Amino acid sequence: MFAYLVRRLFAVIVMLLVVTLVTFLIFFTIPSLTGADPAALYVGKQADPATIEGIRQKLGLSDPVLVQFWHFVTGLFTGRDYTGGGTTDHCPAPCFGFSFRTEQPVWPILLDRLPPTLSLAGGACVVWLLVGVSAGVVSALKRGTKIDRAAMTTALAGVSLPIYFTALLLLALFKFRLGWTTAEYVPLSEDPAGWFDGLVLPWVALAFLFAAMYARLTRATMMEVLGEDYIRTARAKGLTERTVIGKHAMRSTMTPIATILGMDLGALVGSAILTESAFNLPGLGQAAVTAISNKDLPVILGVVLVAASAVVVANLVVDLLYAVIDPRVRLS
Amino acid sequence: MTAPLPDTSAAGAVVADVPPKAIEGRSPWRIAWTRLKRDRLALAGGVVVVLLILVAVFAPLIVDLLGHPPNEYHEERIDALLGTPKGAWGGMDGDFLFGVEPVNGRDVFSRVVYGARVSLLVAFLAAVVAVAIGTVLGIVAGYFGGWVDTLISRVMDALLAFPQLLFIIALVSVVPNELWGLSGSGVRMAVLVAVIGFFGWPYVGRIVRGQTLSLREREYVEAARSLGAGRTYILFRELLPNLVAPITVYATLMIPTNVLTEAALSFLGAGVKSPTSSWGQMLSKAVNTYESDPMFMVFPGLAIFVTVLAFNLFGDGVRDALDPRGSR
Repeated sequence: MFAYLVRRLFAVIVMLLVVTLVTFLIFFTIPSLTGADPAALYVGKQADPATIEGIRQKLGLSDPVLVQFWHFVTGLFTGRDYTGGGTTDHCPAPCFGFSFRTEQPVWPILLDRLPPTLSLAGGACVVWLLVGVSAGVVSALKRGTKIDRAAMTTALAGVSLPIYFTALLLLALFKFRLGWTTAEYVPLSEDPAGWFDGLVLPWVALAFLFAAMYARLTRATMMEVLGEDYIRTARAKGLTERTVIGKHAMRSTMTPIATILGMDLGALVGSAILTESAFNLPGLGQAAVTAISNKDLPVILGVVLVAASAVVVANLVVDLLYAVIDPRVRLS
Repeated sequence: MTAPLPDTSAAGAVVADVPPKAIEGRSPWRIAWTRLKRDRLALAGGVVVVLLILVAVFAPLIVDLLGHPPNEYHEERIDALLGTPKGAWGGMDGDFLFGVEPVNGRDVFSRVVYGARVSLLVAFLAAVVAVAIGTVLGIVAGYFGGWVDTLISRVMDALLAFPQLLFIIALVSVVPNELWGLSGSGVRMAVLVAVIGFFGWPYVGRIVRGQTLSLREREYVEAARSLGAGRTYILFRELLPNLVAPITVYATLMIPTNVLTEAALSFLGAGVKSPTSSWGQMLSKAVNTYESDPMFMVFPGLAIFVTVLAFNLFGDGVRDALDPRGSR
């Protein structure tokens, strides 16, 4: 167990380094290959060559790429000083550099944007697991009935609806037409009721897609599990149907769901970006979209790294959870 | 969904009226086609898919007949004060079938029809790219095993765990306006195809690798090897034909995902740019206008929905038809 953890943690670190390197290469070398110099992006198009050169020196953009990468990585742990043009700007650890547009350090910007994204993703995750798994179980138990068909038709529609279209429909109906909700983000610490009110529609929009997928998966798995011998044994020894389904069948059904949940976290980041854009939530995804249209490289790099780290770490957690759900799994 | 029962009864019926019909061998593809013909939902999906392709191919003709040029402004149909279309239902009438776009008054019908071109072209080509890379690397990983397999599998795992959409928008944003002798929307579409295809290959690769792992132990592969067949021959002449079925299934199911990705990228402003029309891009404009003109979002949204649904139904049907056990 301990050896497994160490090995997995090591793999996580290597993976994050590779992600950082690839992202770094893309953002700081492709633009220069195609004539869009990062230094010129920083100061804007009208700047004279001397200013651009000064910035290039200050940001260390004329160093070899691997040296730049090294400075970037060490900056993440120890902070970094940018010296040039007679001034020194200190960027405290973890240093993702300064935004090209607002000239603020990137890390506080990311921290500021994190709560809306976490609220959105966490809440939606709870909603879709509850709705998706219970719909799937009910469908499997009542297979062939009208309930089953209705649930599966809704699920099929759900996997085919783009999030931002669902979002717009929900907004047009519940916010604009009926006025039931404001759909404006309020931090949880300021006003819990307002936080909930502001996030209900985004949760529903985001969770609908995933709930649909999970309902289909749960139904298929549950039907397979119900055919197993040990379920017949459980029934034969006189256990109530509730215990058979709730305890014996559910446990096996959860294993593939945990697998898919781990794999979906990457997709969740993408869906969260779309949801944030559609609902105008001030989260990381929206920060990324704004940064991309502003060509604000350090912010884009920061968001990609934070998102990648979240996905990699969450995958590790899911793998560890396997052992809890399924006692047959040995971590080695 | 629950195919096994009718299947056995059908087989029984064939045995019952044996005399008039001679027993004939049926290829796996014939069997699949017979199954697919029986699946009404899948057929309906298939018909819609064909219609959509026709719409995309004949877009200029259709727009000529039923619409206005997609970039023609009709300010006379717009309320100058509010920027919203005049008349109810977003300006829908016999002349403008789907109404007009807010502010500039472009014909929504024409733009939705032209949007099908971008959407389907990108989705198809990206699937081709993904299948090509995924098949080759998947076969190689599965057949050779060892460090080759470890390397390819690790890369696939890494790509699958990646926040792809974020990465794709970031990547598209640093792409210049002229590349590979293309410019404007051409570059954007080429980049979309390359990037969506690149992030799609691990899904194909994983499946092909798994299948290859089991196929390479079969007797016929051993027989080919003992007859002195070379590696390339075994890989592409012996193994590949047996992988066509799973690859077909996966490619069909990949297209709707690609349609959604393309629309999502256009929605976020990382796809094709106006004046080229795309469904996602229309919806991204609707984010700002849904309060004053809720009709505008309906048709591009439905277009995406119908396209994805049709491909999903058809793809599910193809999968059930090609794989009797219903396993993936």
